[in-house]
Amino acid sequence: MQQPRSETEEARWEHFPHEADIGVRGIGSTKEKAFEAAGLAVTAVITDLASVSPMQAVQIACEAPDEELLLVDWLNALVYEMATRKMLFSRFTVHLNDHSLHATAWGEPIEVARHQPAVEVKGATYTALSVKRDEQGRWIAQCVVDV
Amino acid sequence: MDLKLLKRRGPDEWHISPHGKMRVPGVIYATESLIRGMDEKVYEQVVNVATLPGIMQASYAMPDAHWGYGFPIGGVAAFDPDLGGVVSAGGVGFDISCGVRTLRTGLTVEDLQPVKERLAEALFHRIPAGVGSTGLVHLDKHEMDAMLAGGAKWAVGKGYGLHEDLEFIEERGCMAGAKPENVSDHAKKRQQDEMGTLGSGNHYLEVQQVVTLFDAEAAAVFGIREGDIVVSIHCGSRGLGHQIGTEFLKSMAVSAARYHIELPDRELACAPINSEVGQDYLGAMRAAINCALANRQIVTHLVREVFADVLPEAVLSLLYDVSHNTCKVEEHVIDGTPTRLFVHRKGATRAFGPGHSDIPPSLRAVGQPVLIGGTMGTASYVLVGTKESMSLAYGSACHGAGRSMSRHQALRQWHGREVVKDLAGRGILIRSPSMRGIAEEAPGAYKDVSEVVDAADEAGLARKVARLEPLICVKG
Repeated sequence: MQQPRSETEEARWEHFPHEADIGVRGIGSTKEKAFEAAGLAVTAVITDLASVSPMQAVQIACEAPDEELLLVDWLNALVYEMATRKMLFSRFTVHLNDHSLHATAWGEPIEVARHQPAVEVKGATYTALSVKRDEQGRWIAQCVVDV
Repeated sequence: MDLKLLKRRGPDEWHISPHGKMRVPGVIYATESLIRGMDEKVYEQVVNVATLPGIMQASYAMPDAHWGYGFPIGGVAAFDPDLGGVVSAGGVGFDISCGVRTLRTGLTVEDLQPVKERLAEALFHRIPAGVGSTGLVHLDKHEMDAMLAGGAKWAVGKGYGLHEDLEFIEERGCMAGAKPENVSDHAKKRQQDEMGTLGSGNHYLEVQQVVTLFDAEAAAVFGIREGDIVVSIHCGSRGLGHQIGTEFLKSMAVSAARYHIELPDRELACAPINSEVGQDYLGAMRAAINCALANRQIVTHLVREVFADVLPEAVLSLLYDVSHNTCKVEEHVIDGTPTRLFVHRKGATRAFGPGHSDIPPSLRAVGQPVLIGGTMGTASYVLVGTKESMSLAYGSACHGAGRSMSRHQALRQWHGREVVKDLAGRGILIRSPSMRGIAEEAPGAYKDVSEVVDAADEAGLARKVARLEPLICVKG
């Protein structure tokens, strides 16, 4: 599953297969955009992104010893906010500074009938975890999430 | 998996010779066809587990093994604390103490038929399931800690279930050594509205029919006959366990270098049992086991309430409750000497053989009931632990079918509504808040549970007792 591509895209997300669970991948012109796109990929595991209105903002901050652990922390912070606020998110802005992250996530409370959430994400894992630039200079941020 | 990587030691036993940094061999119990279908990642993960400090005898994989996190799902490994042995958050997994419990109802299929639709609706409305669902029990800080220390025993004390249920739960419903103070505020907050909920994904509540008995003696001891109706519940420690897994995975990955542990895969994050991080995790993980036991106990109470409304003649008694994501301290014989080991079972069920003192006295003569969950369209199984299982993989067996297809692939192949309609045509009523969830969990996305169970039986890990087929399934 992936986001439709456009010629002028700055970021996009996709899922990649894992035998029991699912991989999330954000691709962007900057590391921040790749992290934002990875966040969208997490929401897309649960529901159709288009069904989630970015109405309410939530602030998120985390830090980790390296950028891969920071990606996992970022996605786990999202999992935590979704679980405790009973919300889904469809828009993100991420700011990175060394190994700390400040972000805003916009979304709305879960409405089961409308969102048809398929599965809850238990946590982001270190499986297939990487944050790196590809040969075209794009940032790729990815890992498998446990569902 | 490439058979050339393995040495066959029996019809269902395959060895990986120690090489590289492996401290012990790898052993996979499976039929040739299951081995051929296994991902190469299972091989890699069995090998990686074999490199961890203090591992004893072998790194084992059960017949349903598939690609997991650090450990394969279906992985079993035991560590000796006196030999530098480790405890691994990855080796227990995110859904700590996820498991299955099965209840007898005292009813037969004939009793159920006239009210089947009504029962399905009532269960679906009464038992919270799916993303964003909240339980009826909300715990303040004091009660949260009491629950984390007391498990199902706490739940029974609060009026959820019967005292006699506790006898038929591993650890008699209360895991000793839990330290609620080691559980973070984040983990507790994630749990505050989630007590007595099923969750989502492969978790379920099923009303099932006993269709075949394979072992009349064990079935008689377990109190099940052909045509009986039973209820099975598959769920775990919910948000609290997930959060503990997440937090300790990170702290163990970061602390590994400090303890001079070389991790072949960060997901294998572990710490020496005799270390601060190791002990902190054990206290928190045991609290999460209690959370799972309390959760299944509250769901059981809700199921009893529904049956009291719809089928008041039913008497729901607990057959058994097993957990399949745990690390427990057990005594096993190593080279003739009883040794205290920390046994990790990641997607593997404890399957103690006859006579073991941890089995309730009324079942002890035949062995521990082993409950294997299937899919909503196939079957589940009851097995029993064997004497030989104790020396095969510390008294362990498989835990379920295991996926054969990714969620993504399943979503492309099936529509939820069609799956529901097809199964209704076969007399199986599915109730779920999410049609997409149903498509992702379509029976065809799983391996053949019967083949997995047959392999466990042939390998001697556990013996088949009964086949259960679903009549009603509530999915999260």
